[in-house]
Amino acid sequence: MKPANKLIAATYLVLLVLAVLAPALGLYPVFVMKLLCFAIFASAFNLLLGFTGLLSFGHAAFFGSAAYFTGYAIKSLHVTPELGLLAGAFGAGLIGLVVGLVAIRRQGIYFAMITLAIAQMVFFVCLQAPFTGGEDGLQGVPRGALFGLLSLESDTTLYYLVLVIFVACFMFISRIVHSPFGQVLKMIRENEPRAISLGYQVDRYKLLAFVLSAALAGLAGSLKTLIMGFATLSDVHWSMSGEVILMSLLGGVGTFFGPVLGSGIVIALQDMLADKVGSWVTVIIGVIFVICVMAFRKGVVGELQAYLERRRQAVLK
Amino acid sequence: MEIFGIPLQAFLGQLLLGLVNGAFYALLSLGLAVIFGLLGIVNFAHGALYMLGAFAAWIMLDQFGINYWFALVLAPLTVGLLGVVIERLFLKRLYKLDPLYGLLLTFGLALIAEGIFRELYGVSGQSYNVPELLSGATNLGFMVLPNYRAWVVAVSLAVCLGTWYLIERTRLGAYLRAGTENAALVQAFGINVPLMVTLTYGAGAALAGLAGVLAAPIIQVNPLMGSNLIIVVFAVVVIGGMGSIMGSILTGLGLGIIEGLTRVFYPEASSIVVFVIMVIVLMIRPAGLFGKEA
Repeated sequence: MKPANKLIAATYLVLLVLAVLAPALGLYPVFVMKLLCFAIFASAFNLLLGFTGLLSFGHAAFFGSAAYFTGYAIKSLHVTPELGLLAGAFGAGLIGLVVGLVAIRRQGIYFAMITLAIAQMVFFVCLQAPFTGGEDGLQGVPRGALFGLLSLESDTTLYYLVLVIFVACFMFISRIVHSPFGQVLKMIRENEPRAISLGYQVDRYKLLAFVLSAALAGLAGSLKTLIMGFATLSDVHWSMSGEVILMSLLGGVGTFFGPVLGSGIVIALQDMLADKVGSWVTVIIGVIFVICVMAFRKGVVGELQAYLERRRQAVLK
Repeated sequence: MEIFGIPLQAFLGQLLLGLVNGAFYALLSLGLAVIFGLLGIVNFAHGALYMLGAFAAWIMLDQFGINYWFALVLAPLTVGLLGVVIERLFLKRLYKLDPLYGLLLTFGLALIAEGIFRELYGVSGQSYNVPELLSGATNLGFMVLPNYRAWVVAVSLAVCLGTWYLIERTRLGAYLRAGTENAALVQAFGINVPLMVTLTYGAGAALAGLAGVLAAPIIQVNPLMGSNLIIVVFAVVVIGGMGSIMGSILTGLGLGIIEGLTRVFYPEASSIVVFVIMVIVLMIRPAGLFGKEA
């Protein structure tokens, strides 16, 4: 193992131990769960932007619709939570398939606009559909018992479930990116015409990446419903799509840990500022966006990697 | 008199409302198309600039007693100046990068503008009275036409056609189009391309500001009016394709009318009909109705 990889492995191990100990360390479990949930969301989004080069401006559609699916399945159909989560992820994946089929017909900037427009359509459907509760959303979704056996009412129990799902998602995304499939995705990101000329059916790869990303984003939305006990219109609103872009951008697009760190920073910031500054939160998020684009395009993790690389080069000389 | 079981007056009323909305779509998508053509940037802040135009008019009247007619000139100028500042400060540095960064930057700017105005004025709308000269309505015999709405459609159409003429038929427009094709070459012929780019963004911003002033007396002036509109305008732009000025105008007006008709016959779908049309167009003609195959 190269020393750099050892360092990364050690960092992940420390973080994992910290995450396992978090409830014992006195961290508020609901806060950490929310953080992990958005970390899954941002990582799923990053699979598309960072590793395939597709900027989706409509990921709130998958996150939010899954939140509703799960809420409806648990509250009205009385299914167990694991089935509720599956229903959410599967439903979001299906919507992702339909949206993906339409959106991959255009590239670049048009792709972003199309996903944004379709997500807005999903928003209006959620506003008017009979089972979403309109402006109120679905409130009071019970957590129930995992497999009908293990009650999730305790924050600590649910926390460990969320942690397990987060680690599984993180490893799954890492597995996708390092697979031959992931290598083709990166080639599409770097040079799409070349991928086409080498005989790859680019659209199929993009579509599969889109569906995977949508399903994982959906899983995050489903978890959010389970944790908070509600699904509302703000989950499908375009500002949610903007937030997940910011999380990835701030942490580092195209890095594994960047979106996790980015979502941590954004969620912590919102948590600290929400009751103090009101609408200024939007302004602050806007300012971070501007700073990231103007001066900080690699994000925190990306800049750190670039710094370490420069130092290594200097040592080699 | 009835059409398909709908009273004629209600039918024509919705049609007119659709035409008014279509005029706004046309004005905004026109500005987006011009900016995209020369700068290669999709201006997410366009909705915010529209909102700022409306607020500028409202503040001018409320604080300084400047009436509608002066605001009609001053507010777009103010917004245009702001556009010039934005281009000089931010966008100028992004031209060499992936166009996605332009979208993200202008998204951030839109959030800032929206957040500031929400903090200052809340989300409830401020009402702006229709100027006296245009208040009231004219009875055309088959329908009662509110004068102000007719004015909005007329002004928007005049401005749209004026812009089309400027870009497609004048020497300045020829420079602009040449700059779109090959900026470096145009620069080599001694034309100040950076200045042209700055002014183009300013002009696009001013168009959005003008749409805002025109909209102020019709809808409640509120901080969220821009972001709700810009997403529909994006769909309009995808449907029309950003390649053609006239295409933007026709698509904007046409979709406004279709939206108005949907409100008559199937009101539940009126908020999504533009998006549905976008999906259908993408399936049949991915480059958009007036777009060139990329």
